[in-house]
Amino acid sequence: MSVITTHLPAVRRGEAAYQALRRQRRRASLAGLGVLAICFVAAAWISEFYPSSLAAGLPRIGEYFHRILPTLHAPVLFAGVKTEGSLAFWFYRLDSWLLLLLQTAQMAALATLGGAAVALLMAFPAARNLAPSRWLHHLTRRGLEATRTVPEIVYALIFVWAFGVGPLAGILAIGLHTAGALGKLFSEVVENAPMQAWDGMRASGANWAQACRYAILPQVAPNLLSYALLRFEINLRGATVIGFVGAGGIGQELYQVIAFNYYEEISAIVVLVILSVMLIDLLSERLRHRLIHAAGAR
Amino acid sequence: MTLTPSAIAAWQAREPRAFGTTPAVRALRWLGAAAFLAWLAWSFWLFDITPTRLWNGFAGLMTILRLMIPPSPGELWMDILKGMAESVAMAFLGTALASLVALPLGFLGARNILTASLLRFSVRRIFDGMRGVDQLIWALAYVRAVGLGPLAGVLAIFTSDLAVLAKLYAEAIENAEKRQSEGVIASGGHRLHAIRFGILPQVLPVMLAQALYFFESNTRSAAILGVVGAGGIGLQIAERIKVRNWDEVAFIIILMVLTVGAIDWLSGMVRQRLIGRREATRY
Repeated sequence: MSVITTHLPAVRRGEAAYQALRRQRRRASLAGLGVLAICFVAAAWISEFYPSSLAAGLPRIGEYFHRILPTLHAPVLFAGVKTEGSLAFWFYRLDSWLLLLLQTAQMAALATLGGAAVALLMAFPAARNLAPSRWLHHLTRRGLEATRTVPEIVYALIFVWAFGVGPLAGILAIGLHTAGALGKLFSEVVENAPMQAWDGMRASGANWAQACRYAILPQVAPNLLSYALLRFEINLRGATVIGFVGAGGIGQELYQVIAFNYYEEISAIVVLVILSVMLIDLLSERLRHRLIHAAGAR
Repeated sequence: MTLTPSAIAAWQAREPRAFGTTPAVRALRWLGAAAFLAWLAWSFWLFDITPTRLWNGFAGLMTILRLMIPPSPGELWMDILKGMAESVAMAFLGTALASLVALPLGFLGARNILTASLLRFSVRRIFDGMRGVDQLIWALAYVRAVGLGPLAGVLAIFTSDLAVLAKLYAEAIENAEKRQSEGVIASGGHRLHAIRFGILPQVLPVMLAQALYFFESNTRSAAILGVVGAGGIGLQIAERIKVRNWDEVAFIIILMVLTVGAIDWLSGMVRQRLIGRREATRY
């Protein structure tokens, strides 16, 4: 049977075409893999990622992370602060760390608030459907783009010079980046809003600002709030590390603890940071779901 | 038909909310506004935010901005270019290694591959914990462990992305169609054959697209890892800010923005070529 079918010309042609396609695809994947391998080797060479340095580094990494982990003894786990091996001994400066975490959360909240306020003002001129003039539209768009492409840490480095070491520099740095990022999202929400209310307001003699306030804002407010909450979660993560460059919050403490090799304190602070980020994420997710439901119900 | 004042009063008593906000709601709103203002005032006091401080700061910022114009590459422009290349290389290497390792981990974490739920649960919890630690914290720890330089940056990108990529890959595998792998099994294939010929062809384009997105975002973060000593352009910018060479700082910022834009464009092209336009917009 198979002997007969393989000798049919149509089958042979089909088989040849299949083999040719297969060869071509194989060649294409091999070429892709080759390019990838070249990029990989070039990247390894540029970033000094040699097997020798990796082999020398890996044991030290293991040792370092082993040292960071706390020594806990099960029998005295819940003993007082003075007993080595207890949870209280591990978190012996819990009160000051919690205060710093609160400060960090407050920095994130203030930065989100300020950034969202600026973004709200910029969103209306930056939205294509509302912009009073093309010129203003492009100006605000490019301005928002420029503020959000520069990372927070770079802003923080500069602001520490201008405003001095401390939380103010961090708040302004995160806030500026937030204004750019939220401004884009806000203007997109505004662009998607139905325009009937706007047309009605304008037709009955409302000026531009009044129409923005009474026709567009009530429609988009729940969405904007939900984006702002999402940004607050992101900013909390940002605020925990912005202290590395001296801009306040728990990051400053973490930087010192890592720099001075207080091994067990590193893990204690990192655990606290993870827990608080998770807590805020949970709370904010709840709130966002309620907001979205409230928006859907209307 | 006219309403008498007494009828209006009766309706107002029955449906108070139809006649505007009730005094209770109004009082609650005032209370909320007052609490918000109190919180704002307290945090301004806590962070010592005063008009004079803000004014002085903005004046200083204006001076810095004036010194930034015109941007200049300075005499050590070779170092800047090398730092930029180092950042891109760190991002590429970190992403490539993370996706290579995340591939088997994703299969381990997927529900339809690994049926031992306790093991899967613990693998996923470890992923979650690693995801909560910021990249910059990893970078700082690795700088302490392996010393200053790009190796620490590569390791930081690798570690922080590994968990997220593994989770995304596990989800991609779980969402893959079952029919192909069932067909392979039915025609006598081994379980590994089913993974190779039934699942991998479905999920590989998705995984590649996700790896490319991570490469883009890592180029942004690799640019700042150097601030804590983990190599790349961040080290250059931090050094120049320390000695207040603001024109060179401006040049580096512009270079960073341009490079990130170029990488985004390039990776978008590759993504479209690899998996077609439809899938590129889906993920």
